[in-house]
Amino acid sequence: MNKVSERLYNGIIKENPTFVLLLGMCPTLAVTTSAINGLGMGLSAAAVLIMSNFIISLLRKVIPSGVRVPAYIVIVASLVTVLELLLQAYVRSIYSALGIYIPLIVVNCIILGRAEAYAGKNPVLLSVFDGIGMGLGFTMALTVIGCIRELLGNGSVFGINVMPSWYEPIAMIVLAPGAFFVLAMLVALRNRLVSRKKREKISADSCVGQCIGCNLCSKNLEKSEKKEDEKA
Amino acid sequence: MNESETRFAISSSPHLRGKLTTRGIMLDVLIALIPVCGAGVFAFGIRALLIILISIISCIGFELLYEKLTRQPLTVGDLSAAVTGAILAINLPATVPLWVPVLGSAFAIIITKMLFGGLGHNFMNPALSARVFLLISFAGIMTTYPSTVRLISTFTKVTSEATPLKSVASGESINWFTMLTDMHTGCIGEASVIAILIGAAYLLIRRTIAARIPFTYIISSAVFIALILIIKGDAELITIDYMVAQICGGGLLLGAFFMATDYVTNPSTPLGQFIFAVLLGLITAIIRLLSGSAEGVSYAIIIGNMLSPLIDRLLTPSYFGKRSKPIPFENA
Repeated sequence: MNKVSERLYNGIIKENPTFVLLLGMCPTLAVTTSAINGLGMGLSAAAVLIMSNFIISLLRKVIPSGVRVPAYIVIVASLVTVLELLLQAYVRSIYSALGIYIPLIVVNCIILGRAEAYAGKNPVLLSVFDGIGMGLGFTMALTVIGCIRELLGNGSVFGINVMPSWYEPIAMIVLAPGAFFVLAMLVALRNRLVSRKKREKISADSCVGQCIGCNLCSKNLEKSEKKEDEKA
Repeated sequence: MNESETRFAISSSPHLRGKLTTRGIMLDVLIALIPVCGAGVFAFGIRALLIILISIISCIGFELLYEKLTRQPLTVGDLSAAVTGAILAINLPATVPLWVPVLGSAFAIIITKMLFGGLGHNFMNPALSARVFLLISFAGIMTTYPSTVRLISTFTKVTSEATPLKSVASGESINWFTMLTDMHTGCIGEASVIAILIGAAYLLIRRTIAARIPFTYIISSAVFIALILIIKGDAELITIDYMVAQICGGGLLLGAFFMATDYVTNPSTPLGQFIFAVLLGLITAIIRLLSGSAEGVSYAIIIGNMLSPLIDRLLTPSYFGKRSKPIPFENA
């Protein structure tokens, strides 16, 4: 895997900012009442993240490390101002739905976190792809949460009614507690999938032939013994 | 094997065990709920019975399902799921669609109880958390109360009738004697004051519950309701009729005897339980008189449930020879 695609994989799956790092919880919980709001918030944050990673990576040798955080904030704040004006001019509905959470992108910990952890130390191209990966991961997570909450709490997805007419929307899911329930369930689901994958990987790959004190492959052994028994 | 080996049974403490079991306690609660459920069925018709049965069966079913799926030992035999189902059902109006108790049971058992570790680890009363979940989600369905029918064979008529609490909130007055003796509308369990008191008496006589929490709760809500009315300048409202309707008209009796006394979710020390009950009274009075909703018992109890670990922490008894001091948070 080359470094560019590794960055994308890292942001979207391995270190997904929402489901793994649990960063940027404030917009995640507050604005995902519908799929379109989640998507809008995700894309806005992603746009700022990509640009800020780009600029910060460009300036990483100019910015003195003692004042790097104020410098990052100035860069991010200017980008957010541009974004806010653009949203206000072209997509009024999303602008009014997201409200205060657009200016709050300035202090979004994913953006500052990536600036501090990656863009401030790495070359431009990789930083941009780190931004794209993280941004897409965040967008994907918010859209999924938004879809589920809109589906259960409103019976629709992206404003289109998909549930049958007898479905009674569970209003709690679009209220604040619903955000916690849905996020917690998705994190649990992801952890479950990952832990299962890891277990399989360990038992398959990491056997070094020293079987004493190791029971990684005992399950496989049992399985193969059973198969042999069946054959016999 | 020689004689000296058989004479001593070596085991770790506790060496003396009482006969009290979870199953026995839960069975007592179920027995105490029989008059309440009976009055509900009598008042609202056979549909109330259907709701109670669906609720109990689905609570047991969800607990079984969860324990099967996560390969845990099955604990349905302790009857706690059945109690949760029964308490959830008596907190629903008899007119709810039949999927409402099923959804409520799923929430109570899976989210509030099993995900936090099962019986003894739930941080709030499962049945009440499910009721609040349903109340917030389906406000319309959950606050449409049927008029009382009193004929067991007929299905409940869907005509919304004001509960005693709503009537007094809008300024009507209900005779206190009628309030105590007659059937009145509300959730299934709120139909008859006498039935609730019979169940409560059974629990108190069997010593399944202590009198401390329910009576403190009832008295303190009456006191706080009167206080708030006096502060608001509505002191002329305080009549026998009004106070009896406030105490017996809604879920207060039911909540005080059957839900606030849940062992898991209230503080463990006597003083803590007293503070807990006074707090419940305060919250109930505030919600009933100062908010838009006529009823506040469910909210009061689950808020109290969440505060009880804090109350316990403040009142941790000290061991002999040690000065009492609350445990600092980081050591807990």
